[in-house]
Amino acid sequence: MKADKLLAGILLVLGLLVIIRASSGDMGMVYTRAVSTPSDAPPELRWTKYEAATPIESNEPGVAVSWPRTLGLWIAALLTLAIFSFLLGDNVLYKLAEALFVGVSAGYAMVAGIYDGIVSKLLSKLAPGLIRDSLIPGIPETVEPDWLYVIPLILSGMLLWRLSPKGGWISRWPIALFIGTTAGYRMVTYFEADFVGQIQNTIVPLLVFAADGSFDGVQSIKNILMVTGVLSTLTYFFFSVEHVGIVHRVSRLGIWFLMITFGVGFGMTVMGRIALLAARLEFLFDDWLWLIDPLNRRS
Amino acid sequence: MMKRTIPVMIASIAGLVLVVAHFIPPAQSWADEVSSWFQILAAVAFILGGASLFKIHLQKISDQRPGWGYSALTIVAFTVTLIVGIFKIGVPPSESFPSMPWSGDYVGDGGVLWWIFTYIFTPLNATMFALLAFFISSAAFRAFRAKNTEAMILLVTATVVLLGQTYAGTLLTGYDWINPHLQLKSIVDEWLMPVFNASGQRAIKIGIALGIVSTSLKVLIGTDRSYLGNEE
Amino acid sequence: MQFLTNGQLDRRWIFLGMLLAIASPILLQVTFPEKPSPKTIDVFNAIDQLSESSRVVIACDFDPASAGELEPMISAIVRHCALKRHRMIFLTLWLPGAPVIKSNIRMLVDEFPDYRSGIDYVDLGYQPGAEVVLKVLTSNFKKQCSSDTSGRNTADLPITAPLTTIQQVDLIVSVSTGFPGTTEWVQYVGSPHKVKMVGGTTAVSAPSLYAYIPRQLISVLGGIKGAAEYERKIMDHYPQLEANQSAREGIRRMGPQFMGHMLVVTLIVLGNILFFVEKRKGTDR
Repeated sequence: MKADKLLAGILLVLGLLVIIRASSGDMGMVYTRAVSTPSDAPPELRWTKYEAATPIESNEPGVAVSWPRTLGLWIAALLTLAIFSFLLGDNVLYKLAEALFVGVSAGYAMVAGIYDGIVSKLLSKLAPGLIRDSLIPGIPETVEPDWLYVIPLILSGMLLWRLSPKGGWISRWPIALFIGTTAGYRMVTYFEADFVGQIQNTIVPLLVFAADGSFDGVQSIKNILMVTGVLSTLTYFFFSVEHVGIVHRVSRLGIWFLMITFGVGFGMTVMGRIALLAARLEFLFDDWLWLIDPLNRRS
Repeated sequence: MMKRTIPVMIASIAGLVLVVAHFIPPAQSWADEVSSWFQILAAVAFILGGASLFKIHLQKISDQRPGWGYSALTIVAFTVTLIVGIFKIGVPPSESFPSMPWSGDYVGDGGVLWWIFTYIFTPLNATMFALLAFFISSAAFRAFRAKNTEAMILLVTATVVLLGQTYAGTLLTGYDWINPHLQLKSIVDEWLMPVFNASGQRAIKIGIALGIVSTSLKVLIGTDRSYLGNEE
Repeated sequence: MQFLTNGQLDRRWIFLGMLLAIASPILLQVTFPEKPSPKTIDVFNAIDQLSESSRVVIACDFDPASAGELEPMISAIVRHCALKRHRMIFLTLWLPGAPVIKSNIRMLVDEFPDYRSGIDYVDLGYQPGAEVVLKVLTSNFKKQCSSDTSGRNTADLPITAPLTTIQQVDLIVSVSTGFPGTTEWVQYVGSPHKVKMVGGTTAVSAPSLYAYIPRQLISVLGGIKGAAEYERKIMDHYPQLEANQSAREGIRRMGPQFMGHMLVVTLIVLGNILFFVEKRKGTDR
């Protein structure tokens, strides 16, 4: 209880500090430069593009505070804090942020699917003239409709039938195309790159000699260890043979190689997660609170 | 026949066309067509996902189940993002085609979708994963125990990697009187990663490859029909 | 000591420790010298030894969640390619990767204003379909990427017009996290078609790529450490970058990395000491 009160007090003080600094314009402002573009177009076809600018450029012509982007920055910062609040326990702020994330992600995915999938790959084949005149002007004039693409159009409709409470089996046809395509590609690819390829990578000389004929002891040891590691680990994976006697000893060695592999994986995972946290804190301290200025954007 | 046989045939034929095309290059154009159809369906799957999400959350709101307020926010966020994205609100034309108002990229700079992506999606996405750093530190204290030889090997290796991948490795062993090959950074860069780790990863990849090949073969010959679901 | 051994330690204290460990070096702007590793040098050489105006495909296959590790890496790679006057073809297999490409192009145009769209670089945007995209790229590049994000036909752009398949490019740089990523690029493009490839991945994904080195993949940069070493290597080779603070993003992040790692190692050691003490107490009883 005492710790909770202390925490609440600290957060209150920090909040007040943020409000005081924000009201003096000493943090969280985004500047942009207004540029008329494109430069080679006639004046009636130009529009104003707002490029990112820095506070030290604020006296230059066209540079001013961008209120939409400033509002966005504050929303981004508060959403970041809302997600971090999960560390204190599940709460309303976190749940709101999570709900917002789910909605925005799904919406973005749908828009990307429509433009980069349906418009670009389907409609541009079935109605190239219409798409050329509206969305993708680069489609050549000579392109005619490809009526073979009626098939994926029908399959798309069948896939969407999954939303219907009845006739769910209709979506099996396009799903079967998915599964068959994936199986067909992966069978050959994994065999080539991950089976044959890895065996090839493992066939290395156990005694290595340099170009001048001298014996390279270090590389020889590395190669011996590598081959031993692969073979002993594969022995461990042979579950159809009983692991007794020599097989047991070799598979035990394989387990140790695997433990080193997993240890490396764990160490690298920690490194990765910490880097992500550092990036978020840098955003809060630099872009929002203006407590640091590593890029010399404000001084 | 419509519900099970034809889908199995579709899966087999699609897969076999792709396998054959790998070995008979003139058949590659058929494979490319199948691949194009796949990509269209992959894009439609996003629409299916979005619509499904809409349906589920709308159901939750209408049933007034606990937490329906959050579902309402999800639906509002989804709808707004979809509308501003589809109608390219705020998106300028492409600079190469200034006379065509709809030619701009849907996530182009200055557009409302770009604003949503930059100031809502990005911080939420990034911070969700940044939380993991805290949980990993808590797990390090509470759960990572060297209970046996194997666990000890794992933890020692992890510790060497953690120290060697930062300046700590240099502080501890980066001195002239220590053989360069025995310094922590060198142990990680020249031994742990390319020798021990690579050998374990190779064996794992070989095992996975065999599994994938056998599963794919079962799909192509029609033995594995789990993707059809349990309905009749 | 009692509260540690009885498991009564509120984990929020550990969270606070991690927060302070990461925040302090950021606020104090602590950095450390970086020494490029052999793998980083191999990636550097793969890009640096290409002749000027080589075509390089840069695949930005990641989302904002991994930007903390991969953004410094890809910025450094784009800068390096620009310093070598390489022509860059950007594309992504990830939905949220499209804005990532745009932000890197913004940086490119800002720092190298003579780079021209369609001639020196092109943005092909998001390509849906994951590994299937890679398969089509190896048989018919323009069927897969018929237009860029500006709506221009790739057959009309000098940078992409001569390309029938992706195998014709001089190098592929795949910066990725998860699926689809560098592994798929190796499996579908680099390995079967012997295309030169280098990778840059998150620290989590990097260990699995070592199995492909060097025959199927030249080399790989792993996580923020790889990014920092690469930035150092480029600055050693191109001293004009020393004045560019944006070119040191990875190096800056190694300060908090050091403190974070020390904290985790301390927690692991402390946790195990307490475990053995408890075990001994249990045995003695």
